[in-house]
Amino acid sequence: MISTNPNSFLGSVAPMRRVVSLGILALVVGGACKKAPSGEASPAEKLSIQNIGSDTMVNLAQAWAEEYAKVEPNVSVEVSGGGSGVGIAALINKTADIANSSRKLEPAEEEKAKQTGHATPTEFLVGYDGLAIFVSKNNPIDHISVEELGEIYREGGKITKWSELGVTAIPGAKSDDIIRISRQNNSGTYHYFRESVVGKKSDFKQGSLDMNGSKDVVEQVAKTPGAIGYAGLGYATPQVRIVKVSKVKGGPAVVPSIATVHDKSYPISRPMFMYTPGAPAPHVKKYIDWTLSPAGQKLVELTGYVPLAK
Amino acid sequence: MGERAVKLPAESMATNRARTGGRSDGARRRAWEGPLERGIEALIRLCGVSAILFVFAIFFFVVREGAGILFSGFDFVEFLFSSDWYPTSLGNVRYGVFALIVGTFSVTVLAMLIAVPFGLGGAIFISEFTSPRVRETLKIVIELLAAIPSVVWGFIGLSLMNPLIQQVFHVPIGLNVLNGALLLALMSVPIMVSIGEDALKAVPDSYREAALAMGATRWQAVHRVLLPAAKNGLLAAVLLGVGRAVGETMAVLMATGHAVNIPTSPFDPVRTLTATIAAELGEASVGSPHYQVLFVIGILLFTITFVVNLTADLIVKGRGRD
Repeated sequence: MISTNPNSFLGSVAPMRRVVSLGILALVVGGACKKAPSGEASPAEKLSIQNIGSDTMVNLAQAWAEEYAKVEPNVSVEVSGGGSGVGIAALINKTADIANSSRKLEPAEEEKAKQTGHATPTEFLVGYDGLAIFVSKNNPIDHISVEELGEIYREGGKITKWSELGVTAIPGAKSDDIIRISRQNNSGTYHYFRESVVGKKSDFKQGSLDMNGSKDVVEQVAKTPGAIGYAGLGYATPQVRIVKVSKVKGGPAVVPSIATVHDKSYPISRPMFMYTPGAPAPHVKKYIDWTLSPAGQKLVELTGYVPLAK
Repeated sequence: MGERAVKLPAESMATNRARTGGRSDGARRRAWEGPLERGIEALIRLCGVSAILFVFAIFFFVVREGAGILFSGFDFVEFLFSSDWYPTSLGNVRYGVFALIVGTFSVTVLAMLIAVPFGLGGAIFISEFTSPRVRETLKIVIELLAAIPSVVWGFIGLSLMNPLIQQVFHVPIGLNVLNGALLLALMSVPIMVSIGEDALKAVPDSYREAALAMGATRWQAVHRVLLPAAKNGLLAAVLLGVGRAVGETMAVLMATGHAVNIPTSPFDPVRTLTATIAAELGEASVGSPHYQVLFVIGILLFTITFVVNLTADLIVKGRGRD
């Protein structure tokens, strides 16, 4: 084709230059899109709240922010994760209006915040995170210890068979193997389970079925007789059984519930906090009050966490 | 072959029309027709090169996002040959995708073992053994099969095939290589059928007539004459099916169990390269090593599908030669 018509060859040189410039344009636009969420300034009259911290809480914080945009259109809440430590660092550096943290502030951090912010950070308890251990409906296991869970899920952990937990026959199960259902490796639930059960610096045993959501975990456990999985309490369905958990082997086994999470007797649970540098500004205070209101607490339940005691 | 036959008359018709139009209607029409023609030509040319542009822009973007880690002492040996995939570990971060590569290939190979006989058989049946009415019906139904979105396939795998495989094969996990391969086979059969049928159609009728005139049965004609004549086109059909299977994401994400695992049987769960990107990119913070490694996986996938498609292309090009 090219050899029969010399013009088409010459003509294609100019478009080539256009190709290059359009390519650059595409990349510039791509780069701009990527940075847009942080760089985009809200209109002057619009108040914004920087909400940084815990990855565990990031889904909840996002749900709150989205819902609050409907309640109070003039306030935009900008949520980002990174971890409780990142949130607290931002609090100390005064770059966050609210820091989300799934642990209490350490005294040293409080001291530091006082020095830079000239005030003690204010603590708000906004809910609890509690993970339930699910097995299929017909699995006869009654209770399990945190230690045993660790052995099941940890890289190098010893327990791989149900018989090692004293469970000999699960109706419908095709083998004795424990089928581990887990989460994708950047979910907050995965991080919390690793921290509280597997071990902070340890890793999960490979070969677990990594689901994309807590709901999928529960559904998969329901469909697989030999499976075990973990998810927020709020995700329980009639097709699965919740196993009682004891802190140590032989210790008292506790059923996870809003009550046992509140009285701290259930071992795989923790409080979730929001911190503000000193006393919160009025619009920030209003936002936190809203998260603590029935409407805000309803979202705590809907996102799979445990709401505050009424 | 078919393409060339279509292009030539269209081209000569266009030049004829331009010549006669210019001569008979005079300057009045030519005044606005000239720029319009050039404008349309430029537009069409832009459409033509846009595909190249997009491919290069995408490749550039993927490489740029992965470049940070790629060119700063990235351990390729560990990346390609270790099966420890711990991108978010706090104690010991490891980026080994060997298990993911094995996962992708195990699902693809099994899918092809299932799909190739059905795909090529279907193509031969539709092209050689049916009446025109049955052929049209079959083609419409097969195209319908191709139109089902992959997330729907994934859903079928997750909720229908999952318990079915557990019961039929008496295995503990229903989300496994077999489940993903069955879905991928169903997804790539329509591509194989339609391209394979084109390849068979492209064999001149004189071949069929000659074979039958020599006293061959229909099956002998297909087996000894048509298949050898159309073999490049059929191979291309298979390879495009492979490309589809390697790149498929949603269905395999849902159906293979998403477990980092080197399978020892078709009933083991696995995780594929594409599914890993889909599951983890959304929550990896932009610019972090984890994010960049996911883009390196993207480059790897891009390379794999590029090689597959290029092979298919070269084979199709070679078709006219022999």
